[in-house]
Amino acid sequence: MQVEQLEILDFLRGLRPFESLPAEVLESVVAQVDVRYCRAGEPIVVFGALAEHWYIVRSGAVEIFRRGGTLYNRLTAGGHFGEFGLLRNGLVRFPATALDDTLLYQIPRETFVDLFDRFEAFADCVEVEDRTRLRQVMSRRAEANDLLSATVDSLVHRAPVTLDSRASAYEAAHRMSEESVSSLLIVDANPDVPELPRLAGILTDRDLRTRLIAAGLPPDTPVGRIMSTEVVSIHHNQLVFEAMLGMLRHNVHHLPVLKDHRPIGVVALSDIIQYESRNSLFVVGSIFRQNSTDGLESLIPAVRACFGRMVAEDASSQMIGSAMAAIGRSFKQRLLELAEAELGPPPVPYCFLALGSMARQEQFIVTDQDNALILDDRFEPARHDRYFQALAAFVSDGLARCGYEYCSGGIMATNERWRQTRKGWERIFRDWIERPTPESLLQAGIFFDLDGVWGCTDWADHLRETIVHKASASSRFLACMARNALQRTPPLGFFKEFVVESDGRQSRTINIKRRGTAPLADLVRVHALAIGSQALNSFERLRDIIDAQILPLGRGQDLFDALEFIAMVRARHQARALEEGRDPDNSVDPGRLSEFEQKTLRDAFLVLGNAQKFLKYRYQPGRAN
Amino acid sequence: MLHLGDLRRNTAKPADSPSEGAVADWPARFAELAGQVRDARLRDFYACPIPDGTTPLEAVPMLALDVETTGLDPLRDEILSIGAVPMDATTIRASASRYWIVRPRAPLNPESVTIHAITDSQIASAPDLADVIGELLALMAGRIVVVHCREIERAFLDSALRTRLGEGIEFPAIDTMALEARVYRRRPRGFLDRLLGRRAEAISIRLADSRSRYGLPRYRAHHAPTDALATAELLQAQLAHRYARDTPLGMLWS
Repeated sequence: MQVEQLEILDFLRGLRPFESLPAEVLESVVAQVDVRYCRAGEPIVVFGALAEHWYIVRSGAVEIFRRGGTLYNRLTAGGHFGEFGLLRNGLVRFPATALDDTLLYQIPRETFVDLFDRFEAFADCVEVEDRTRLRQVMSRRAEANDLLSATVDSLVHRAPVTLDSRASAYEAAHRMSEESVSSLLIVDANPDVPELPRLAGILTDRDLRTRLIAAGLPPDTPVGRIMSTEVVSIHHNQLVFEAMLGMLRHNVHHLPVLKDHRPIGVVALSDIIQYESRNSLFVVGSIFRQNSTDGLESLIPAVRACFGRMVAEDASSQMIGSAMAAIGRSFKQRLLELAEAELGPPPVPYCFLALGSMARQEQFIVTDQDNALILDDRFEPARHDRYFQALAAFVSDGLARCGYEYCSGGIMATNERWRQTRKGWERIFRDWIERPTPESLLQAGIFFDLDGVWGCTDWADHLRETIVHKASASSRFLACMARNALQRTPPLGFFKEFVVESDGRQSRTINIKRRGTAPLADLVRVHALAIGSQALNSFERLRDIIDAQILPLGRGQDLFDALEFIAMVRARHQARALEEGRDPDNSVDPGRLSEFEQKTLRDAFLVLGNAQKFLKYRYQPGRAN
Repeated sequence: MLHLGDLRRNTAKPADSPSEGAVADWPARFAELAGQVRDARLRDFYACPIPDGTTPLEAVPMLALDVETTGLDPLRDEILSIGAVPMDATTIRASASRYWIVRPRAPLNPESVTIHAITDSQIASAPDLADVIGELLALMAGRIVVVHCREIERAFLDSALRTRLGEGIEFPAIDTMALEARVYRRRPRGFLDRLLGRRAEAISIRLADSRSRYGLPRYRAHHAPTDALATAELLQAQLAHRYARDTPLGMLWS
């Protein structure tokens, strides 16, 4: 048979249900496809109508509804619908409407039923489509979570209260109590645009307390002298969750909300607490108030409680991971402050690095301390190393006491090998990238997730840029990284209370990190390096990867959902251990998973397994990318 | 098909071909031609009733058409391939698509081969257009042709039939490019624009660019059945966005 519509053939060929079909069958299907364009908002099929076609979304987006009108699923390019009515009583069961301008391929009922009857793999895919199921699970969760969906402007209830920078502290205090606000935006007159004054700083009630009263300044001090000038702001359409992260990262309690460069209000910590009680911000705040390692160690219960609370409140793994990473980062920063106070100022500038999960902002409660030091190029081992050795030991021992275990692989700044000058690090990465062997890179993976925590953090950004630039150009390096990323594989699934391996073996527990989140992070890292993404977080990397269109259609979203689900199983497992007074770990007993969790985990493992196959194929040695 | 800015200049029209917009009553024109033509296939084509200008769009059977050619001059260059997709206002019958590769009487121009990717070996075994005219006309009969840039398809088909049958062809067509031009090329430059030397808004009405404005996917170009499908989808999008279902056909064709 000669296929005339090659675009239709190419598109269908890339979709999962058609993958297993013999070429001549696929071609005969293509010859049956008709096309329909629907404008956004236009109903495609209505409930109870005769089901005549099976639909595939070629472009645009479609919403599928339950009979009662509630949303059942949301599909984008590559999604399919209509199978239910065709397979059951021949009437449309789930009405569908175009959400965007949408191009649909329609396959006649007879053709669809014939495929369904003759090809088991097609039928499996269509009837209980794993990724669709996973997608449904994840989209239901996202809807239930306010922090994930609410935007900052929903918290803005009034215009910001502003004050001229020349006004006095007394006027500021008066204005704050008059307006009952805890912060003022301080503005300077803008000579160019008088109606749009320049945002000069922010003044909070805490500033009045610490910078005015405690410092013994008079009430007529101009606010310009006591305000914070490094204003961290947020855009009005960002998520509440992002506002929380901004506060965590910068340890501030007020964020001006900007719209078109103009402040439209201020979001305060107290606004967000409605969304997230027992706030991780409080933990970060108390970390910076501790004056000793003992004091920091005493916060372990608060950190664990914060983690447990976030899991119980159904936060996403990205939210938990970044909140925990912000806490870990604060421990490091405070320990370094304390270390410098004890050891004196550093003899040459340095940058303290977080590696691995902390850099990726994917930290949970059970975690190694993976860290390293970048030293100024003027560093002379004989004169300076004693200081940095002591600094690293102070931080490393402190972290160990705060619940961050020593890295068993010795990837810590206490290890001489991982205290290098800027030139030294560039040489090390050049060796890894230009002369890669799978063996040399075995340990190196987590070095490609690096983030500056303290000191000259821009060195870390610069190093990362160099690395990403070099890595994306070296197919041999990517091939080695890909090979390493395939060393840890997911199991096939579960049978009763056992883990089932691909070869049929069964075992009692599964290490959910080693078999799930870690290989996923490894896989995402290889793709991210290949496309030159600067992102660190696996979810952000996945967004870049999806944008770069290197994965087959829809697979990026699948990986996103799979990572989120596996990570949440891991988080719930650890939270349960804390609740039951056990030491949390990564070893999950399938008998303690619900049937739903088992089934969805299996779907997620399948997504990971398929993504590993694709990775292997894409980064074959010698293949140009 | 190629849609280049300088195409009209190269497209010399045969003297007695219909001029733009001259035919108001196509059914009457068809009846007249049916009585004049000698070739039986053409006579059947003209004798088949077509909708008149008052017919609502939703009741109009259509045929999206695209031809690939050896070059841009309908007098010298030849048709290489024809893609056709039947459609109406709601459904594009891609399943009934037709695709003919035909052997041109003029040699292949190496430059155009890089565009349409049809090679000498493919056309060696292809029929002459004369052998597929019957099938093509039968498919066109009763349907209103939909093209992107109507001058091309009309001029090349007319010229090809003239060479082979000794008589040309006329037919009404809906031109998706002209529909885009109505929206984006309507406003002449204003006084102020000219004074300030502003250029006219350069919004492309080429097939791929027009499609992307309606959220339609990017397709490979210069493959006749794909271009015909792409044109069909573009028309459906234009109808969905700008024309009610009961708009009379006369508003669109010419």
